[in-house]
This record gives sequence, C-alpha cells and structure tokens, in this order.
Amino acid sequence: MQHVLYLLLRRLRAPIITIISVYAISIVGFVLIPGQDDQGNIWHMDFFHAFYFVSFMGSTIGFGEVPYAFTVPQRVWATLSIYGTVISWLYSMGTIFSLFQDRNFRRLTYRTRFINQVKRITEPYYLICGFGSSGSRVAQQLDNHNIPSVVIESKLKVINELETDTLGLKLPSLCANASDPEVLKIAGIDNDLCIGVLALTIEDQTNLAIAINSKLVKPDRLVISGTQSKATTGNLASFGTDMILDPFDIFADHLMLILTQPYKHLIYDIFVNPHHKVWASPYQNTSGSWVICGYGRFGRALEEKFKTHNIPHIFISTDPSSYGAPEGTVRGTGTEAPTLLQAGIENALGVIAGTDNDADNLSIIITARNLNPALITVARQNVRTNKPVFRAADVNLIMEPGRIVANEIYMRVRTPLLTECFNLIRQQDEASSRTLLRVISHAMADQELDAWTLSIDSKQSPAITEAIDEGQKIALSSLDRDPRNREQPLAAVPLMLKRGGEYRLVPPPETALEKGDQILFCGQHQAQIHMGWILRDHNTLRYIQTGQIGPDGLVWRWLKGRHQKKMARKFQ
Amino acid sequence: MNREKIVFAFFIMLALTLNFGFFLGEIDRPDHHSVYELYAAIVVSLIATVMKLGDRTHVGAVLLATSLVADLQLIIAAIIWGVMTHISDSGMTAYAMASIVSLSAGALLANITSVVLLIVETMTVRH
Repeated sequence: MQHVLYLLLRRLRAPIITIISVYAISIVGFVLIPGQDDQGNIWHMDFFHAFYFVSFMGSTIGFGEVPYAFTVPQRVWATLSIYGTVISWLYSMGTIFSLFQDRNFRRLTYRTRFINQVKRITEPYYLICGFGSSGSRVAQQLDNHNIPSVVIESKLKVINELETDTLGLKLPSLCANASDPEVLKIAGIDNDLCIGVLALTIEDQTNLAIAINSKLVKPDRLVISGTQSKATTGNLASFGTDMILDPFDIFADHLMLILTQPYKHLIYDIFVNPHHKVWASPYQNTSGSWVICGYGRFGRALEEKFKTHNIPHIFISTDPSSYGAPEGTVRGTGTEAPTLLQAGIENALGVIAGTDNDADNLSIIITARNLNPALITVARQNVRTNKPVFRAADVNLIMEPGRIVANEIYMRVRTPLLTECFNLIRQQDEASSRTLLRVISHAMADQELDAWTLSIDSKQSPAITEAIDEGQKIALSSLDRDPRNREQPLAAVPLMLKRGGEYRLVPPPETALEKGDQILFCGQHQAQIHMGWILRDHNTLRYIQTGQIGPDGLVWRWLKGRHQKKMARKFQ
Repeated sequence: MNREKIVFAFFIMLALTLNFGFFLGEIDRPDHHSVYELYAAIVVSLIATVMKLGDRTHVGAVLLATSLVADLQLIIAAIIWGVMTHISDSGMTAYAMASIVSLSAGALLANITSVVLLIVETMTVRH
C-alpha cells in the first residue's frame, strides 16, 4: 500500500533539486560579480542581499536593483538568472499540477481517504461488496436504521453516483475489485467491528472469493452471498457461508407459497413490507395452468417448483432448443397475441412475464390481460427505476430480484431469529398460520410492524435476571403488559422462544422465563420501548408483577416506614 | 551500479567535506572561516535532504533525519552570520563566530552519521 505523501515527495525530488541548484548558482553569481555603490566604489553583494534579490526576482516580482543600481555584468547575470529561476518554478508547478491530475495519484488519494474513513468507524458495520440493485437497497435499509456500512464496487459510475450523493447516503466507498484480498483488507475485513460481509457482486467468482476470504479471516462472522448458479451455491455452502441467496429460487418459492399456502406468505409479507396493508383475501381459486414467458435461470427455478407441486405450466421461449427448454415450449417472445394464444392463455390461471427485458415483460402482461382479463399477472422487474411503470400496469405480483435479496438480507441482519421463525411457520399447518396472522394484524393495527429479539441476560434485561435469581417466577405474559397500566396489554406478540438449541413457535403466555432465553417479538415499535422499562427497571417489574408502586432509595424507604408507623399509631 | 546511489553518496560526502573545510581553523577567527564554504555546505546539504524525501526504507528515513539536522544547524549558523553582519551594530564578534563554527561542528556530526549510515548500508546490502 503506497502512501500519498511519499508518492508526492518522491515525484517532487527533481523539481526541488532544480530550484535549489538554480537559486544557488544565481546567488553565487551575484556575490561574485563586482558592483558599484553610490560613490562609485567597487562593492560586492553579500550572501544576504544576493538571497534577498534572487528570492523576489525568482517569483518575477521586480523591486528594482537593490541596494545600489547594477553594473552591466550584474544586469547580464540578472537576466540569465530570471530565465533560470522562472523556468525552474514553472517546471515545479507543472510537476505538481500534473501529479494532481494523474489518475494513479487520484486513485491513491481516494484510497487513502477510504482507509481513513473506515478507520474512523466506531460502531459495528457491514461490508457490502457490489452496489447493484440489491447492494444499494441493503445499504439504504441499514442506513435508515443507523447501521453503518462500507461499500466496494467495481463500476466507477456507481461509485461516482454514491459520492455525488444522489442517493442521500454517506458511506465510505471504494472503486475496486472486491475479489482482491488487499482491497478487502483495507475495507476492514479483519476488523473486529466488521460484523458481516455481504457479497452481492454480479459475478459468482468474485462472490466466492469474498466469502472464502471472510471465512478464512473470521470463521464465525456472518457471510451472506448472492449466487447465480447451483454450482456456486454448492461451493458457497461447502465452507459454511451463512446465507446463500438466489433471487429466482426465492421468488419461485414464494410464488408456490402464494398459490398453495397463502396465509404463510402473508405473514412473511407483512414482515418484509412493514407498511403493507394486509390483503383482504388471498387468491381463492389457485388451480389452473400457468403460462411462463422466458426460459432462463428464472424459468428453470420456476419449472422446478411447478413440477414438485404438480401445477400445469407451459413455457414460451425465443429459442427453446438452445436454452434446453422442456418439450412443448412455444417459440416466441410472448409479447404478441398468437404466441400467447398458442400457449393457451385463454384458459390459463396466470401468466408470468419472466424475461430479462422490462419492456417485453410489460408488453406480455398487457397483451395477456387483453386476451384473458381474469389472469393473475406476475412480472419480473429488472431495473429499479422502472417501478412507476410496473405500478401503473397494475401487475398482481412484481418480482424484483434486487428487492428480494435485499429483503432477505435485511431481515437476517436485523432480527436473525425471524429467519428461523419463518422456517417454523412453514412447517405448521395453514389454519394456525391464519390464526397467527390474525393475532399479528390485530397487534400491529395499521401501524408499521416491527420485530425484535429480546434476550434474558444481565445485559439486556437486568431486572428480569435479578428477579429470577431471587427465585421469582416471571411469566412471559409479564413482558407484554403496559408499564403505565398493567391491565393493558402491549401491542406486541411473542412469536418464538429460543431456549438452548430449541425453538418454540408462539410460546404460551404462562411460560416461565429462564436465563439465556431469547424471545422474538413482533408488534408496534412503541411496544418495544415500553418493554425496555420492564426489562431494566425493577420498580416497573415489581409493579407489573404485584401491582404495587413502591418507593425506592434508602431515604424514601425510611420515610415510608415512618409514615406507615405513624398511620398505624393514628388508627390505634 | 546504481546511479541514484552514486549521486546521493556524492552529495552526502560533499556536504561532509565542505562542512569540514568550513569548520577547520581557529574557532573565533572570522578570517579562518570562509562564508562561501558555509554557503556551499548549506546548498549541498539541502540537495542531499531532498534526495531522501519520500524514501520509505528504514535507512532512508534515518538518513533524511540526519541531513535535516545538518540543514537546521547550518541554516541557523547562516542566520547568525547575517544578523551579525547586517543587523547588529557590533559587526561580527569573536563570540558570534565561535557560535557559528560550533553550530557547523554540530552539523558536521550529523554529516558524519549520514556517511557512516551510508557505509553500513552499502556493506550490508549486497546488490
């Protein structure tokens, strides 16, 4: 790693030596050449005056001939010296300016600035490699919750956008190839404050390199990686990458959930889109065939899921044979009516516009809907800025790879237990999901839904652990009371209890808390703040437990004791 | 053969010899110490310093430090000389001359250190 200052000094060696030499020669010349004073005596300039004269002459500010008018030889020497000094100054200035415009020098300056910015971070942060559609969303979500992140991106254009503040984010960012270990090092991959590495570049090889590097430096640290192929997924999993995200796979999975177990998907959806208004009714009729336009990575992921759930489907592809599309695939883009009709759009349940071209996808949706207005429409949105158009098209379900990846990551980063919770929800039956959904939507009442994890330990909940140590029994329901009025419940629902290595979905309210428990709550953000009082303040906890508001502090306890005695005497 | 090394060795050696020449003579006698020699010593010492700017090797950094010390001592000596001959009413005194020469002697020590370091580096690092 080169330092900017060293580079600057090394480049300036030659110009500075030139200036010193030219000055030295000029000064000696003036000292040696005899002059005349005002009385016509021979006079030799001394070093001080020579230095003084050359100094102002060199910067081309003429003060005239001092201290006495020059003789002809002195003037000849002054003429020569002027050219010498001016040229040496121009040379030095030119070197400095060309250095500042030098691309390598500027890159080095940015790098140095980046290193300093990373060093100045004092809170735990995330390292985001790849600032594409998913990377930028994650960064924004983290920023919204004041979690700092550091960005490495290989495209200069993206970095410039980030630096010019068009996104309103102030993040340390570096334009470099993230697969370079040196780059990861200066981004703080071996820093203790770096609590997670997100490999979200568009190249699988780079993501692999980042994930391996991180796992080698700190095996326990969270590593999340995007993936484009099954081979990479397997490779990433082989060395313990904590979360491997294939947006197409995830979406195909969600689509199946919507079609087969809509309530489970609704629960997922209210967590991912906190402002989401709970859907009044999931699609009632979900039996029928699907027309899927585009057979690539997305198509293959969908095909796999449709096959396992035995849902009839037909593909439309521009070049079925070269992509290895299944038999019966209709040739065409799907943007024109004949192809869609050939695929049986009139009797289909839904259409999925899954090509990698947003304009094509919109065209497919509109054409298909004209042919069959009752269709369920699903469109893949590739470019983030196309959001308004897709909104206007009134598509039932928009599949946006960047958003899917970002949501999954954000959930994992904010509330790690939530991911576990969804795994459990998926295993339970649809009827209990429906009940759970009703409980959650009752608690959130039109407000934004928040989820948080609560640990029963001396750090996060000192009042509770103290009470447990004293032998008290604290029920889970005690946490769910309003500290201002214990008759009122808080707008929060305990979703899951983690005790030891075991997970329990929707624990019963009478469950007695134990030290080391982790409880996942969801509800309104306000409820989390109220809950904090019960966890930390033993007076509040006592009120919740017994209903008594007791005084605290030695003086107050003593006063209360006196007061009680006095009252007792009074009524004797 | 390394051109940069030769040039640097030349300048560091020249700074030492010039300084030694200036230092030679009775300490308080202005006519024993040539102002031209002091001037040349300062210029050469400055050039030697600039040559070590931005050097990130350990020996390079120490050489930079020693030649900066020599520059500092010599420049202070030159300032005293200028002040005594131009500003002070008394002109050059024996006391001022002695302090100029002793400052240059200090610079001489720094120069010697530089040369010793250079020799050590040359002996230990074979190219």
